[in-house]
Amino acid sequence: MTIGDRTPNPRAYDAVTGRTRFADDLTFPGMLHARLVRSPHAHARVVAIDAAAALALPGVHAVITAADLPTPFGVIPWTQDEHALAAKARFVGDPVACVAAVDEQTAIRAAALVDVTWEVLPHVLEPAAALAPEAPRVNELAKHGNVTKSVQLAFGDLDAALAGSDAVVAASYDFAGSTHAALEPHCAIGQWDPAGGLTVVSTTQVPHYLHRELARVLELAEDRVRVIQPPLGGGFGGKSEPFGHELCVGKLAMMTGRPVKLRLTREEVFYTHRGRHPMHLDVRLGATRDGRLTGCDLRVLIDGGAYASFGLVTTYYAGQLVTAPLRLSAFRLDTTRAYTNKPPCGPKRGHGSVQPRFAFEVTVDRLAEALDLDPIELRRRNCLEAGERTINEFLVRSTGFRDCLDRVERASDWKRKHRQLPFGRGVGVAGSFYISGTNYPIYPNEMPQSAVQLKVDRSGKVTVFSGACEMGQGVEAMLTAIVCEELGVAPGAVRVVTGDTDLTPVDLGGYSSRTTMMAGNACLRAARDLAARVAEVAGADWRTRPPVEAFRVAEARLGALGAVGSYDTPKDVHGAYRGGTIGASPAYSFTAHVAEVTVDVETGQVRVDRLWVAHDCGRALRPQIVEGQIEGSAYMGLGEALFEEQAFHPSGLHRGPSLLDYGLPTTLDTPDIVAMIVEGGDPEGPYGAKEAGEGPLHPSIPAIANAIHDAVGIRLDALPFSPARVLAALTPRPTGRS
Amino acid sequence: MQPLPPLAWSAPTTIDEVVAALAEGVPGEVRLHAGGTDLVPNLKRGVTSARRLIGLGRVAELQELVDGPADALGVGAAVTLDDLGRDPRVVARWPAVAEAARQVASPQLRRMATLGGNLCLDTRCRFYDQSAFWRGALGGCLKADGDACHVVPTGRKCVAACCADTPAPLIAAGAELELASVRGPRRVHVADFFAGDGARNHTLAPDELLVRVWLPAPAPGTRAGYQRLRRRGAIDFPLLTVAATVVVERDVVRAVTVVVGALGAVPRRLRGLDALAVGRPLDAAVRAAIAAAATRQCHPLDNLGDAAWRQAVVAPLVRRTLEALEPATAPDAASLR
Repeated sequence: MTIGDRTPNPRAYDAVTGRTRFADDLTFPGMLHARLVRSPHAHARVVAIDAAAALALPGVHAVITAADLPTPFGVIPWTQDEHALAAKARFVGDPVACVAAVDEQTAIRAAALVDVTWEVLPHVLEPAAALAPEAPRVNELAKHGNVTKSVQLAFGDLDAALAGSDAVVAASYDFAGSTHAALEPHCAIGQWDPAGGLTVVSTTQVPHYLHRELARVLELAEDRVRVIQPPLGGGFGGKSEPFGHELCVGKLAMMTGRPVKLRLTREEVFYTHRGRHPMHLDVRLGATRDGRLTGCDLRVLIDGGAYASFGLVTTYYAGQLVTAPLRLSAFRLDTTRAYTNKPPCGPKRGHGSVQPRFAFEVTVDRLAEALDLDPIELRRRNCLEAGERTINEFLVRSTGFRDCLDRVERASDWKRKHRQLPFGRGVGVAGSFYISGTNYPIYPNEMPQSAVQLKVDRSGKVTVFSGACEMGQGVEAMLTAIVCEELGVAPGAVRVVTGDTDLTPVDLGGYSSRTTMMAGNACLRAARDLAARVAEVAGADWRTRPPVEAFRVAEARLGALGAVGSYDTPKDVHGAYRGGTIGASPAYSFTAHVAEVTVDVETGQVRVDRLWVAHDCGRALRPQIVEGQIEGSAYMGLGEALFEEQAFHPSGLHRGPSLLDYGLPTTLDTPDIVAMIVEGGDPEGPYGAKEAGEGPLHPSIPAIANAIHDAVGIRLDALPFSPARVLAALTPRPTGRS
Repeated sequence: MQPLPPLAWSAPTTIDEVVAALAEGVPGEVRLHAGGTDLVPNLKRGVTSARRLIGLGRVAELQELVDGPADALGVGAAVTLDDLGRDPRVVARWPAVAEAARQVASPQLRRMATLGGNLCLDTRCRFYDQSAFWRGALGGCLKADGDACHVVPTGRKCVAACCADTPAPLIAAGAELELASVRGPRRVHVADFFAGDGARNHTLAPDELLVRVWLPAPAPGTRAGYQRLRRRGAIDFPLLTVAATVVVERDVVRAVTVVVGALGAVPRRLRGLDALAVGRPLDAAVRAAIAAAATRQCHPLDNLGDAAWRQAVVAPLVRRTLEALEPATAPDAASLR
């Protein structure tokens, strides 16, 4: 197996045949089970907690509350505004106590016996209301009222650009919140060894950040903490920051001396959330008569929920990531994230930029209509070129967006369908770009973002030690392919060790589509270093013989064989202004979608018949996995477009915290997805590779919205495009084609 | 995996043993377990509770389809929906019932779930089908642990909906239920089995067992159909169900029954259809008139959300059901023609 082979991901067989052992499958002698006590109120101060009845229940070992974990935490060092257990609940489901008992049933019963005296406070659920001066203060650790972050940036002369436009479209959009709904709920197991320290096994995408926060909050030296990440049953961003329950199992293990497991129920996963932020977006976009985009004015109000999570970054991404693939001559953004008494929002696949992408791409479609231009042609006339900087100064070293447009246009038979299908059927197009990792780590430091160690011995086996997070997306397959390519070994001779902070060098984790770029480059460097040393002693022609022969020669001549490689980002690709590093990436992927839909005008139900997706990932190291990411992204976008919503009752209760009520698309709701890989190569990526895990989601929602417009002439500016909303928009039916 | 609360379990093998166990049990503490597709998740989430489960999987009589007098078919209450939807007799003669069985949930669930369980399915409401924690946060409701209705704030009667697929086509087919208890057997029409209270929408006594569903032979010229509304292509409970049975003789309607479900506690049989349809061909005008009558008589509530949308979809769903009727082939239909 080498780069570009169409070999399936070996871990996929384990997953679909039930062989994978997830965190909740693990059990240890003497293990206790923990359960969180959660607030039934959207906003309430804990006046007192009486745990006597719970502690009196046979089998209960401990009950902890806010006082036991007083240090605030949070993934972003500047906004550490939550506690493992809250002294003031800020949303329905906010945990305020945690019990540990001999088994899960006892823990459930004990949690119900914990008597909390509440002082119920007024709550606020909408961001606009939260920003009013008289609004209740949601989070006292916020620096400015109910504002997590507010960003105002301007590039070029926007007013002049819009004034000089032949057409300016202004529109407003409401993007509903959605959640990740990974199949595997969060689970953590704490183990305390007085000699060795604390080990936490957890369903985390970021073992390194969890490691740091465990040490800080539990007041342990970092060298006394170990984090193990078992195979994940999906993450999608929902497991990419330290969580209170992880701190609780650490604390309870230290208190009781026993292993302590806490697995969230599905309902609790909805409360833990950290999913897609609801946003209200106002866009103005101008163009000249000949279809050249001029200026874009973007204002975004972001509903953050009760805690900051990654919200500081979200607030930048919500504005900064609409400036490609189309060139703008002026751009102004004004984005604000407000705290509300709801489950905290955070990063979900396409963090912060899926919402503005929806608004931007539908606005481009409106502009094409206003100018009487084909929307693909309008996009084609504005493509940024490789080597160019965006209006907000991000360097784009490679772009295959033009190819992406060509591919979806041809494959979908666009020219014969757009504005020509019978009433009720339509096609829509949209495009996007996305980062291949963030240029800067979450906490400032000069160390590499990713490192890999290789060990080779006389058996011919190569072991790769990487701190990267395997969550089904194929880290192991990617690293194996690189090692096989560079060292000529068979895939069966490669072992990949990930997800253990004791065994692997630091990698910042599985988020922001960074792993192929960063861990891939680190592995490539280590493998090339090793190959060079083997060649020195075994001869330049060592690859013509079985690699184990060369390894034996090398081990005899050089002693133990190993190599390290690391990767850090280039420092000349971002903007030279405050915030100009956030959104900057070593490389950007590009995507185009065409959606074809049928609208049932009597019921309002929308069926997506087909999705054509072309994605520029630079180079597909494992094409099957890239296609899987394209399909999975398109599927996830489809779910957000048609079905999903984090909806709340006026009391602050989640309307339906279950997979039945939340309603992910089923197989029957999922269209054929035609995944097309565009490979132009990027100078920074390993073998030219860029990201593929998040970018392909972005255009699916606006492509469907634009297709619905093509089908029945309505603009749906609020998500999801539920049948009720579609039917309401159709009544009275606008004049359209018939 | 989330554990079940502690439960006692028994698995009797005869109907007599089941009804004896029911008679001994404390009402509210004993529950029958057939497929468990609704009961088990509800027990885990604290939607419902039980201390003792009586498993029906070993009662052979409940798993059988038996031919009855006058070409009726008796379907054991523990026959799975998958088997029901595939049975050639049911498919040929009660196509709407077979279709309803095939529309439930998903293939995996249909292979577990039973006809009896579907008929006795607990009513559903978005303020009831939530965990104990969730319901507690809202202070409970008329159906459980509370005295307020969150759907109809002034209401004193629970409006949770019968969200099962099979009741409407069974009512439209004139089906009867055979019940057993230590007090003896009884039979009841499916239409009379239901009661207009969402808190408890059927008349099965706590000590009674649903043994069999009797499907009477369709009259010659019968055509039947079933359609339902849901958000997704599978899994979801219906947001509306429509079942129709129309007897057509020499191209004119002789009898018509349309039942609309998933509105409230009881599937609603539309009134006054004879005046609209009987003696006329089932043409577009008649179908439209029946659909309009359905709109006037059906008023979806917010028990399942989106009341206005569901109201708007009543008419097209009724019309489409009437457009897609299938012949219910009585065994001697050929000779009558």
